[in-house]
Amino acid sequence: MTTVIGPDETSATPAVNPRGIGRGGDAHPGTTRGRGPRESLFSRTGAMLVMAVFTLYFLVPIWWLLVASTKDRGQLFSTNPLWFADFQLFENIGALFDYRNGVYLRWILNSLLYAGLGAVVATILAAMCGYALAKYRFPGRETIFNIVLGGVLVPATALALPLFLLFSRVQLTDTFWAVFLPSVVSPFGVYLSRVFAEASVPDELLEASRLDGAGEVRTFFTVSIRLMFPALITVFLFQFVTIWNNFFLPLIMLRSEELFPVTYGLYAWNSTINQFPELRTYVLVGSLLSIIPLIITFLLLQRYWRTGLGTGALK
Amino acid sequence: MRHTKRAVTAALLTSAALALTGCAAGDASSGGDAASCEPAGEDVTLEFTSWIPGIEDAVAAWNEENPDIQVEVQTGPNGNSGTYQNFFNQLEAGNAPDLGQIEYDALPNFRVQDGLEDLAACEDVVAAEDQFLEWTWGQVSLGTDDQVYGIPQDQGPMALFYRSDLFEQAGIDVPTTWEEYRTAAEAIREQGGYITNFSQTDINQFAGFVWQAGGQWFANDGDAWTVELASDESMTVAEYWQDLIENDLVSTYPAWTDEWNNAYNSGEVWTWNSAVWGANSIASGAPDTAGNWSVALAPQWESGGAAAGNWGGSSIAVFKGTDHLYESAKFALWLNTSDEALTILNEQAAIYPATKAGLELPTLTEGVEFYGGQAIYDVFAEASAQVNPDFVWGPTMTQTYADVSDGFKAAASGSSTLMEALEKGQQSTIDALEAQSIPVAE
Repeated sequence: MTTVIGPDETSATPAVNPRGIGRGGDAHPGTTRGRGPRESLFSRTGAMLVMAVFTLYFLVPIWWLLVASTKDRGQLFSTNPLWFADFQLFENIGALFDYRNGVYLRWILNSLLYAGLGAVVATILAAMCGYALAKYRFPGRETIFNIVLGGVLVPATALALPLFLLFSRVQLTDTFWAVFLPSVVSPFGVYLSRVFAEASVPDELLEASRLDGAGEVRTFFTVSIRLMFPALITVFLFQFVTIWNNFFLPLIMLRSEELFPVTYGLYAWNSTINQFPELRTYVLVGSLLSIIPLIITFLLLQRYWRTGLGTGALK
Repeated sequence: MRHTKRAVTAALLTSAALALTGCAAGDASSGGDAASCEPAGEDVTLEFTSWIPGIEDAVAAWNEENPDIQVEVQTGPNGNSGTYQNFFNQLEAGNAPDLGQIEYDALPNFRVQDGLEDLAACEDVVAAEDQFLEWTWGQVSLGTDDQVYGIPQDQGPMALFYRSDLFEQAGIDVPTTWEEYRTAAEAIREQGGYITNFSQTDINQFAGFVWQAGGQWFANDGDAWTVELASDESMTVAEYWQDLIENDLVSTYPAWTDEWNNAYNSGEVWTWNSAVWGANSIASGAPDTAGNWSVALAPQWESGGAAAGNWGGSSIAVFKGTDHLYESAKFALWLNTSDEALTILNEQAAIYPATKAGLELPTLTEGVEFYGGQAIYDVFAEASAQVNPDFVWGPTMTQTYADVSDGFKAAASGSSTLMEALEKGQQSTIDALEAQSIPVAE
């Protein structure tokens, strides 16, 4: 890990944070390879051991899920839960995709739409809001910020029922909007954007662009948003995961199967497993497949995320 | 539906608490005059919420034959896992569906919250009473003579699933009374097995035992509720199982887990006192034992007795606020009485009908391969005729189940007894009723 982070950090820092040049850049020019030789063998082994235990702890359930997904219903209980029996994964996936005219694929698409589109819109809104709170002085600024901050503390679960009653009033329950609209709100994103805009967007730069005749909106989209990029990736990832995993809102809002996100659909199946045992395999395989989009998103975006966090650490 | 597993998440509890406060405030507005049961005279579309997979096929058949009454299926999780809470939320918001699936033990809750239409306003419904088994009708009339709050859909008469091969090898007779059952339990324990597994979480199974013993947990005289969780019959049943647990004659694996499945699959546990829908649970949970199971009528409390309990079963109810009571009742009757619909439901979701004629469907008279070719449904049909029609559920079953289950878990671990659990459940149920301002008779 250390040898990977080293070069990344030094090369990405100047691009992200202009003020970091000369501080983070040449702090340890020769240390990208053999860093940390002073650690004793004992403490390094200890650290590795702790990490190995936790890795195992986190990976065993996923391993179990993977193994269980490859078995047919009979073997699920009668064979070793942590090792393969007859390899049936592709038959199981095929059966899952066939079940009820491929409703599962529909759920995956719905989830991608809710989480993907929702997170993009939420990120843009949060960026604009956080930026405005950080860079403009206007009466009530702190009050607004504190209210938004208060929003971070209110669990989404507590808001679901009031939201349902509100959406019932305007007859929007059981529609795409019932899940999408509440998802584009991210108080935490606003908070993060404000903190990051304050730190990474220099006032001098804004003044320069004003002098050059750029309007505020243009400055935001061409200059500021790029400086805030690592924070926005973080906001996007957080929001993506939050929406993807948000199961309670769909549970309360949605009735039509074709609108379900994958989490809710799988939950609905899982809740009737005792009555309809044939659903068990579908729930297992479905759960396994449903984590793939999350893994892909993280793999694609973690590079930005890491450089962002690294930048923060250097300050 | 047929069997309720308590799977209430913390999130659901939060919303339940919110909804309760909401309901208390909104009671006055949700009351109103009983709707009259008249045809609308125009094309109508009904909303129907159910969590049974494959019910769309039955609805599609209806929609084809009835272009003027179209039904839209909505779905969700199993009742106690969220759909009931959704119903209450929707009633509160005034956008409940026309029809919904409600298990028998949840029906009184909706009735007490004034969420259901009385179907007795519809002549067709009243006329259909004869088609149903007396006790399934009792489950939807809620102990009254002139009210009907749903159309019975399915039932869960209980019998004894047993490993015929193991009983034969060990030379033990299949018990016909609970006394013989205990003797057999000792003999089986000597062989290293357990006669059955006592479930700490399936309180509705235990209720089925009490039901069979002629006991009652609730009664309602029209004004107030009586809670009898600790009635004599209930205590007799509790003492019986307490004795088996204390003497290590039954296993106490958490039901519906891999451990539990494995106990049956490996032959460690020999019998299961379960409902008709349990036939599929065994077949899927214990696939290695195919061909070795049989079904007999449940053991009796008195030699030569003929009583059966019931575990599960559900109805199709019509929610308050519907504009189409007539059409809703018509659809619900068709869904639960017509051979066409019952056949589809049985094929798609193994629904065991609540009508007399439904029990004679061709698929329900054939031998079943997993049970060595035995025509097991004949046994359940016989059991179904023996179920006491007077058993009534209370209006707060979710809470009662949860509290009694907590006590049963303590009993299974040896730190308490089943009798104590019932007595505590009795008190907490009365408290819960009073907290909701539901009158309780002392």
